[in-house]
Amino acid sequence: MSEEKLMQIFIMGKAYNVPAGITIMDAMEYAGYQFVRGAGCRSGFCGACGTVYRKEGDYRLEFALACQEMVEEGMHLTQLPFTPAPRSRYVLDDLDAGENVLLQHYPAIARCVSCNTCTKACPQDIEVMDYVQAALRGDLEKVSELSFDCIQCGLCSMRCPADIKHYHFAQMARRLYAVTQSPEPDHLQTRMSELAEGIHEAELDTLMKMNLEELKQRYAQRVIETEGEAS
Amino acid sequence: MSQSGAGVRNEGYPASMRDSIAKVEATRDQRLKEGPQKAMSPEQREQVLQEWHPDYKADKKRAVAVGPSKGERMPHEVVDLLEAYPVVDPRSINLASPDREVQVLILGGGGAASVAALFAHQEGIPTQDILMVSKLRHGDCNSIMAQGGIQAADRECDSPASHYIDVLGGGHYTNNPELVKALVNDGPLMIDWHEKLGALYDKVDGQYLEAHGGGTSRMRMHSAKDYTGMELMRVIRDEVRNVGIPVIEFAPAVELLLDEDGHAAGAVLTNLETDEYMVVKASATVLATGGFGRLHIQGFPTTNHYGATADGLIMAYRAGARVIDMDSVQYHPTGVAYPAAILGQLATEKLRNQGAEPVNAHGESFVYPLEPRDVESAAIIRECYGNNNGVSTPSGIRGVWLDTPMIDAIHGKGTLKKRLAAMWMMWHRHDIDITIEPALVFPTLHYQNGGVEIDADARTRIPGLFAGGEVAGGVHGKNRLMGNSLLDYNVFGRRAGISAAKWAKEHSAKTPTLKHIEAFCADLKSAGIKADRTAPIILPDYRREAVLERQLKTLA
Repeated sequence: MSEEKLMQIFIMGKAYNVPAGITIMDAMEYAGYQFVRGAGCRSGFCGACGTVYRKEGDYRLEFALACQEMVEEGMHLTQLPFTPAPRSRYVLDDLDAGENVLLQHYPAIARCVSCNTCTKACPQDIEVMDYVQAALRGDLEKVSELSFDCIQCGLCSMRCPADIKHYHFAQMARRLYAVTQSPEPDHLQTRMSELAEGIHEAELDTLMKMNLEELKQRYAQRVIETEGEAS
Repeated sequence: MSQSGAGVRNEGYPASMRDSIAKVEATRDQRLKEGPQKAMSPEQREQVLQEWHPDYKADKKRAVAVGPSKGERMPHEVVDLLEAYPVVDPRSINLASPDREVQVLILGGGGAASVAALFAHQEGIPTQDILMVSKLRHGDCNSIMAQGGIQAADRECDSPASHYIDVLGGGHYTNNPELVKALVNDGPLMIDWHEKLGALYDKVDGQYLEAHGGGTSRMRMHSAKDYTGMELMRVIRDEVRNVGIPVIEFAPAVELLLDEDGHAAGAVLTNLETDEYMVVKASATVLATGGFGRLHIQGFPTTNHYGATADGLIMAYRAGARVIDMDSVQYHPTGVAYPAAILGQLATEKLRNQGAEPVNAHGESFVYPLEPRDVESAAIIRECYGNNNGVSTPSGIRGVWLDTPMIDAIHGKGTLKKRLAAMWMMWHRHDIDITIEPALVFPTLHYQNGGVEIDADARTRIPGLFAGGEVAGGVHGKNRLMGNSLLDYNVFGRRAGISAAKWAKEHSAKTPTLKHIEAFCADLKSAGIKADRTAPIILPDYRREAVLERQLKTLA
């Protein structure tokens, strides 16, 4: 990091000099802002810090996560508070996984004009518009696959001219896909029954009664499973 | 991300680090052929910990002077807060007419809090009698950032006993056995619950893709790419919203309330926008406020979220809860060491369980890649500062390579990008492609191993106060294994929610008081502690030069 080199940026119209090589979030803190809203995990997973900016001489509005995007000379920054979007309440087990289920809960999907603004706004590089199209076809698997990396920052829905609530319907689609088309493996139920019957209790109780030396010995005797062994 | 990508950006690795990358590439085929280093013996582990793990530096700790754990040694940063004065003046708060009254108050907005809320409701508490309060947004928490996976002993070749011995050995036999039993026994139960909620675990041909974690004897790590924490958190949060449990965001608790019987009676909250206090009276209170990463113990950078400032720990301590194992801190072996803009962010252990190994500046492997975290961290610190085989970055930070291209070499092209999508994206944003080039890493502050003492029903010493997740101690002893924090927040979040519901059905809190705060202040005064610090701190302050200090003063 070249901390000695300063560059000028604009935060809500005011000019500040900040070091090069730091993120937008760090640059705003360097300028004197203390975040209450607009900062969360600070690692790109929680979606709290969606931000828009414009670069000097560029007409376009750009979208990013403030904790991940590097600050650049002449950036005009605005902090966005998280914008809530209406979501449909549902009982997962009562949903009918027919092809219209997403449309019933989120009819705005049908208003998609394929402008691709959602995709351009996505800081995760998700093909958002493609999963809207998959949703129109009732393809839960495709929606799940394409939307999986979604951090629910809401930038897509904030930009959408059709007011589609992408991240909410995608969440519903993934859960519905999971329970209807990605069944849990049999061995999990087997283990659950064994636990209910208490057949593992005796072995655990033996361990719990061991003294430190016995435990150390037992630990040292473990056989580490190697990759490719049959389960 | 910027669509144009022009301007001043990191352009991959600087020339000064490229020679070393060439050495890593030169030895890769041979290392792949020979396989990883052997695991250390117990004696070797003990030695590297004693000599190189930050926990073992005596001058970085002191004994706490007041309160239920008086005399126990903890990091200065923790003691500073345990010995701090309250933010609120107890006499300034009107406790006679609470702003809200509920049966179950849940402090926190992360995994443990959300699970507790759902199970308190399932146990019979109506949604309007439950209240979740959170410092940041619901879900802005460490739970959502967990990447690698969650352990559960569900395969035939595995057993709760195997999981148990792994946990105990990893924790240096300091764990509370009853808590470990609960953890390992409930593992399959929680995975089953996630399945029923519609969480998408990685599967191949209908079977889980299960892997090792550091210190495991069986492959029991369940994952959802390297977004495991995010997938679980967003599904569980979605269910909290479906059920309709009320959540107040940006309203952290700053003090617990006790009634005249010494039972938990709710909390004082502060509205972060208006700075107003709000009194919530509750029959049962659940502490699910997470850990302390943002205290930057010993100056380390952290993987933790913005609000991880140990508030719950401080409040519970003042109210009379004991804290245990607070002398140990988890440094994750592989935090980002380059580029500096994302210093200390997590490079998931899953990179290593998929085949990437730590390699020094000369391209030599020097440690078994899946030692328990404290051992692996100590070995990396030794390699950099004891053996002087680290790689230096332009800003003077040392690290070792994590040879990520090995993953595709072992499992086939495309594996890394598929199974570790978040990791690929994180470095890609800085023009580094970790399928082609290795990643530079160094240990980073990751997890609060200890915390508020609980029993297997998630009860604290204070009647009516329950705790689960990172704020609680005893489950992991002095060192947590990978994949047991997601399991912990599920197991003990659930138990806390159920226990709180049962308690609330049988007890009504009497008039809340803050007398314990007055008593605690008196103890501080008589211990000669000056009133120059207040806690909880709620949010760290990184303004101005602190931004740079956070990046540069560490590791040296």
